Amino acid sequence: MSINKEKDFGTPASTSENMVTLQIDGFQVTAPAGTSVMRAAASIGIEIPKLCATDSIEPFGSCRLCVVQIEGGRGMPASCTTPVAEGLKIVTQNKKLADVRRGIMELYISDHPLDCLTCSANGDCELQDMAGAVGLREVRYNPIETHLDAVKDESNPYFSFDPSKCIVCSRCVRACEETQGTFALTIDGRGFDSKVSPSQNQSFMDSECVSCGACVQACPTATLMEKSVIDNGQPEHAIVTTCAYCGVGCSFRAEMKGEQVIRMVPNKDGKANHGHSCVKGRFAFGYATHKDRITKPMIRASIKDAWKEVSWEEAINHAASELKRIQAKYGKDSIGGITSSRCTNEEVYIMQKLIRAGFGNNNVDTCARVCHSPTGYGLKQTFGESSGTQDFDSVMEADVIMVIGANPTDGHPVFGSQMKKRLRQSAKLIVIDPREIDLIKAPHVKASHHLKLRPSTNVALINALGHVVVTENLLDEAFVNERCDVASFAKWKTFVAQEHNSPEASESITGVPAAELRAAARLYATADNAAIYYGLGVTEHSQGSTMVIGIANLAMATGNLGHEGAGVNPLRGQNNVQGSCDMGSFPHEFPGYRHVSDPATHQLFEKAWNAELNAEPGLRIPNMFDAALDKSFMGLYCEGEDIAQSDPDIKHVHAALRAMECVIVQDIFLNETAKFAHVFFPGSSFLEKNGTFTNAERRISPVRKVMSPLAGYQDWEVTQMLSNAMGYPMNYSHPSEIMDEIAQLTPSFKGVSYEKIDRLGSVQWPCNDEAPEGTPIMHTEHFLRDNGKGLFMLTEFVQTAERVTGKYPLILTTGRILSQYNVGAQTRRTENVAWHSEDRLEIHPHDAEDRGVKTGDWVGIKSRAGETVLRALVSDRVQPGVVYTTFHFPESGANVITTDNSDWATNCPEYKVTAVQITKVSQPSEWQQEYSAFSEKQLDLLEQGMSHD
Amino acid sequence: MKIERLIKMANDIGNFFNSETDKEIAAEGVKNHILRSWDPRMRKAIITYCQEDGSELSSLVKAAVTKLAA
Repeated sequence: MSINKEKDFGTPASTSENMVTLQIDGFQVTAPAGTSVMRAAASIGIEIPKLCATDSIEPFGSCRLCVVQIEGGRGMPASCTTPVAEGLKIVTQNKKLADVRRGIMELYISDHPLDCLTCSANGDCELQDMAGAVGLREVRYNPIETHLDAVKDESNPYFSFDPSKCIVCSRCVRACEETQGTFALTIDGRGFDSKVSPSQNQSFMDSECVSCGACVQACPTATLMEKSVIDNGQPEHAIVTTCAYCGVGCSFRAEMKGEQVIRMVPNKDGKANHGHSCVKGRFAFGYATHKDRITKPMIRASIKDAWKEVSWEEAINHAASELKRIQAKYGKDSIGGITSSRCTNEEVYIMQKLIRAGFGNNNVDTCARVCHSPTGYGLKQTFGESSGTQDFDSVMEADVIMVIGANPTDGHPVFGSQMKKRLRQSAKLIVIDPREIDLIKAPHVKASHHLKLRPSTNVALINALGHVVVTENLLDEAFVNERCDVASFAKWKTFVAQEHNSPEASESITGVPAAELRAAARLYATADNAAIYYGLGVTEHSQGSTMVIGIANLAMATGNLGHEGAGVNPLRGQNNVQGSCDMGSFPHEFPGYRHVSDPATHQLFEKAWNAELNAEPGLRIPNMFDAALDKSFMGLYCEGEDIAQSDPDIKHVHAALRAMECVIVQDIFLNETAKFAHVFFPGSSFLEKNGTFTNAERRISPVRKVMSPLAGYQDWEVTQMLSNAMGYPMNYSHPSEIMDEIAQLTPSFKGVSYEKIDRLGSVQWPCNDEAPEGTPIMHTEHFLRDNGKGLFMLTEFVQTAERVTGKYPLILTTGRILSQYNVGAQTRRTENVAWHSEDRLEIHPHDAEDRGVKTGDWVGIKSRAGETVLRALVSDRVQPGVVYTTFHFPESGANVITTDNSDWATNCPEYKVTAVQITKVSQPSEWQQEYSAFSEKQLDLLEQGMSHD
Repeated sequence: MKIERLIKMANDIGNFFNSETDKEIAAEGVKNHILRSWDPRMRKAIITYCQEDGSELSSLVKAAVTKLAA
């Protein structure tokens, strides 16, 4: 292994199909029109010196180091800004050019510290490389004024800014603009005074900087440098793996020194992220070696007892014995398991296999239950497959982008940056959200329409959009007639055209002015390519599945499916939501979304797994809790999921966990659920195991072990040991063998293998005989329903049972923030707390004034389910009558107040709608005080049992 | 199983299928949804409730659960 740095071609690739041929230093080269001379030269191995150019950003032509001569041409043009042309003859090296370059370097170095040996960039400095390349041997200048005393900015926890080493090449400024789209950096001043400035001469932490690190990656010197490199020195080898945070699934090079991660660098060849990253993926990996990691298996008889560290053998045998005891006492269906979207595909697959074949029931569920289960249901019903339709790159062809109930710049930041890039180019934006998300008004981006609807009224709104499309004849009838079930279309057309679905009639429900809604509908329906992106603001409602169906109806009716720039795109929350669902972790479906009662599928799996399988659906997560309190579900194996924090109506969840006789938790930390557990299996982080993740665009990407598992085993090995102890043999020696089995049994994965993933970098399912290298865009010829036709379904708006009343007059809705991830178990254990150290309650100024609340006040939030206390943030990002919070900290107790309302089809909780009252208070809620005491007690019981060796 | 929750779940399913004008098709939709997604102990509980009381179930759901029991 070696660090094997990615080649930098200097300028971005041209996508032109017209090729031109020229000569560079006597060698013939053919390149697409629009390619720079610099890139064309690099493509044949001729490296023209450069400093201000890098291939992730557009050329700038400022450093002049890359000058060349063109036969018959005048002067010395910069090769980075000079496009190739037919018949050109380029000279990249001669004495005149060398003299110019040496002179430029001499000027640069005259105002640069000569501390190369002790510089953090030593070994990875382009300025140093260029000094060598041009043969700089002396610096004749002795400037009376320099920047060598410029003061460092150490405010960012992850990187340092040392302006004394800055050459003002603007690569950081351009990366912030072009790659990230934040425009936080600028060059302040002119001439000698020119300097890189975050915002208006602020520190990085005080500026709009989102700490994505694009500037650090672009910097050719030690000016912007990861503190981990400053502390530890340069990495010596790199391994390509996939980020374990959100559903974008960014590809990274884990740059290592032995088994220590020095830095995570986004992989330029990554097809989901194209070399970009966010603050979480690039910087927040320190949790993997955090002191809170538990690395020894533990058991205890009761949650009142201290934990006892035991050998793996004892822990596994104890867990198996307990599960068997419970089954003997309460019946075969009295145990089950919960997988997680944080697990790899292979881990999820063998977990559900253990439950179905080893436990003998289908009581397996996954955290997608509480996020995107309505997506699975709605898209399966209408399109025939439980997945989004496009790849991320498709957005670059969209003319209109409709974002519904999603906050891409916070929740899916790297895709958010790509979307902003397209919006800066020309695409129009429609946002449907109760709250002002950042995308509505970003630098050089402004939404054409923000339909600021009331929470819980999504379906009324989508029906009104459909009404406009039908009644104003904005339909794509040709598409519908050729591709869809016309009988269902006729029914939908009649339904949606009814007056009660008109924008005017629904205005009193949604709060969205009819004229604005009509304009938005026209914009969407008349675009050549219109794409819908949606998130949990769609799914986490009592009508979540209905809304997904409504979105599908709208896209089919306007022909916005089956081609680039269009589609229906769920933005999945966690890294492997898509994959965990694909792998059969719902209680009614085998891998590949095939019902457990389907005779052919049932027979296939019985034969392959050599086990008698149950043909009845098992329990969903909320049903498991109910059954636990009913004494019919008494044993749980929970891997990678923290249901005691993330699930709604948390007091009910805690009561259910207390009622169970054996709770087995497999995790890297003693998470909230583990505080109710009897067996703890220490898990492995994504850096410690092999496997694959599948992102929101169905892209299966490699997860590769870069360090040894701290607890000795990868997670799939632990599940395999438990299976063997339960009496159901598993003998995989590597996760690639698990993937081979998945491919053998799942038609949409038939062509997937580790060899192919390694060869292509990643592959998007369906990957089979018809699409051996995967499928970027689905439904191009036909839908995947049995008859190949898209199905329209009726979507009557039904008001949620959760109503505002005099007692609970406000609606609480929830969301996430850029720097924290989900329940925060990982990001809370990193420096990301510098940006968000507590959850706050956003409240509109009018509602705050009515209650005498100011920013920073403690406020009690009371719903019919419970009460918690948070600090207030008065903000007009929320509308009057609506309050908003994140849920990243367990002590916030956001789920103490969420209710048991759920989606009619899938039981996805209605996190987005809770009627509450807000009052000013002076102390934490009773629940918070009780839970704090419980939590402290549990940490004490952990401490008592740990050996500390 | 807590019957109040099952009643609510069943009625929520009924609300979706209620927009189907042919009530026979709607009842079939509700029945199939419950059959394909509910654990047997949940189905048993709702059938028992429907047979012994059923007053909290919508008429569509009652028809569907009756079909389920058949």
